Amino acid sequence: MDLTADTVRGIAQLARLRPSPSEEKRLIQDLGAILEFFAQLSEAEVEGIEPMAHPLEVEQRMREDEVTEPDRREDYQAIAPDAREGLYRVPAVLDSD
Amino acid sequence: MHGRTLLEHAQALQAGEVSSVELTKSYLERIRVHDGSINSFITVTEEQALAQAEAADRTRSAGEAGSLTGIPLAHKDIFCTRGVKTSCGSRMLDNFVSPYDATVVERLKAAGMVMLGKTNMDEFAMGSSNETSYYGPVRNPWDPDRVPGGSSGGSAAAVAARLAPAATATDTGGSIRQPATFCGVTGLKPTYGRVSRFGMVAYASSLDQGGMLGVSAEDCAALLGAMAGFDSRDSTSVDHPVPDYWRESAQPIDGLRLGLPKEFFDDRLDAGIRASVEEAVAAWEGQGAKPVEISLSNLSLATPAYYVIASAECSSNLARYDGVRYGHRCQDPDDLEELFCRSREEGFGAEVRRRIMIGTYALSAGYRDAYYGRAQRVRQLIRQDFQQAFEKVDVIAAPVSPVLPFKLGEKTQDPVAMYLIDCYTIPVNLAGLPGLSLPARPVDGLPTGVQLIGNYFDEARLLGLGAAWQRETDWHRQVPPEFA
Repeated sequence: MDLTADTVRGIAQLARLRPSPSEEKRLIQDLGAILEFFAQLSEAEVEGIEPMAHPLEVEQRMREDEVTEPDRREDYQAIAPDAREGLYRVPAVLDSD
Repeated sequence: MHGRTLLEHAQALQAGEVSSVELTKSYLERIRVHDGSINSFITVTEEQALAQAEAADRTRSAGEAGSLTGIPLAHKDIFCTRGVKTSCGSRMLDNFVSPYDATVVERLKAAGMVMLGKTNMDEFAMGSSNETSYYGPVRNPWDPDRVPGGSSGGSAAAVAARLAPAATATDTGGSIRQPATFCGVTGLKPTYGRVSRFGMVAYASSLDQGGMLGVSAEDCAALLGAMAGFDSRDSTSVDHPVPDYWRESAQPIDGLRLGLPKEFFDDRLDAGIRASVEEAVAAWEGQGAKPVEISLSNLSLATPAYYVIASAECSSNLARYDGVRYGHRCQDPDDLEELFCRSREEGFGAEVRRRIMIGTYALSAGYRDAYYGRAQRVRQLIRQDFQQAFEKVDVIAAPVSPVLPFKLGEKTQDPVAMYLIDCYTIPVNLAGLPGLSLPARPVDGLPTGVQLIGNYFDEARLLGLGAAWQRETDWHRQVPPEFA
């Protein structure tokens, strides 16, 4: 299946990836080959077959609404690339002017 | 000492022939001497291991030791370990020190086991050859020019080289069973939901299942008993009683119906591997099992259906890596959008990015029904095929891999060729069934294996068949010459 560079760029944007031009070329080729491989699925006779999302018939369990975990904010923020005073820091989202 | 199985170590510890500290030191020494040639560990936790071993010896002196107390093991680096780097084989998590333990880690720790370190793996468990790791490929201890299989290649190679008596592992499409067969060790992928996924870095959540690699089926039974069971922290954990696998595995084989699916013995299968699998089946037949030919007619569609579903789930699961809360962050981004995109582009390797891309595409507007919806329906057909088969047979026997361990670099340029390596293991994950990989007669000096597939929660029966075969053979006891 042929993918265009525009399509690949569009998917990359949705996936928050930023492939280089050479990477983009490679992806056009690889993703095309993979989609061609997926095309076999069109042979399957699936009329009336219920989609299977999960191996087991499980129901969503409910539990009592009570605190089960201690507050470990500092431990969890200690591994952040940039956290200060309990907040995660990122480049400015709003213009300063 | 390293020639022993895990259960033989347990007996030696119990008899006081060896202490946990001595045993742990001997494995740490083997890792130090031998791991350079196979790269099976990402992190070795020497200090913690010795502290845990000392604690285990004290527990034993106090008369409070359990059957696994003091036995060393390695964890696949996909299981979160508090205070120890958990990289998942990725640059993205190269700086990630987990603030908590996975349930599997917690349970084995509670059983008194000693962690030697964290094993190498394909990045985020995406690979069949352990060549996608950020920490470099793992080499097969039987032939360093060949791959150990993947994604649990480090765990399999470490056990094969006897750098650890056993190791934890995970299996999404064959990641326990395929490296087990490539390295000549025993590996069990339990029923989906049997072992908690809490703290196990997610790849494809409806397929991922934790298990183990060990020398023998009995060793796997002993570990499964400690690992399995309900966990309220995993919403897909199943509340089903945990039997004494070790005891229950001693079931009679006489009269057992052993299904042989003709689609698993097609022309893709290497002739030497076929002969090894047939030899194993003949041995079970000699013990009273009755071979029955069966058909799983939708099998050929399993591999494409799996890669649609796994990639879709991967694209969703890996959206959490944003460069903000933990993991890799790019240098000096101009804005938030660039922070996200460049951190992810730099943090993920090529195969992971490829699967995120394909999964994003398969879930995108206009394509979802054609890919994801259709793959889920094919998944249902495959489950139905297995359910019909289990009306006629008790256990299914099959090859694990169609090919022998291949050379490093042989398949890295062709993603689809790499995907097809897993064609005999993937159907089991789609259905959520348990699968056991056992070493069989080698071909041209390279390990091979036979796979046993059971009905839901029938692990004990698989392990029992495995143990019966391993009492008659010694393929599982063979150690690569350089590591003997």
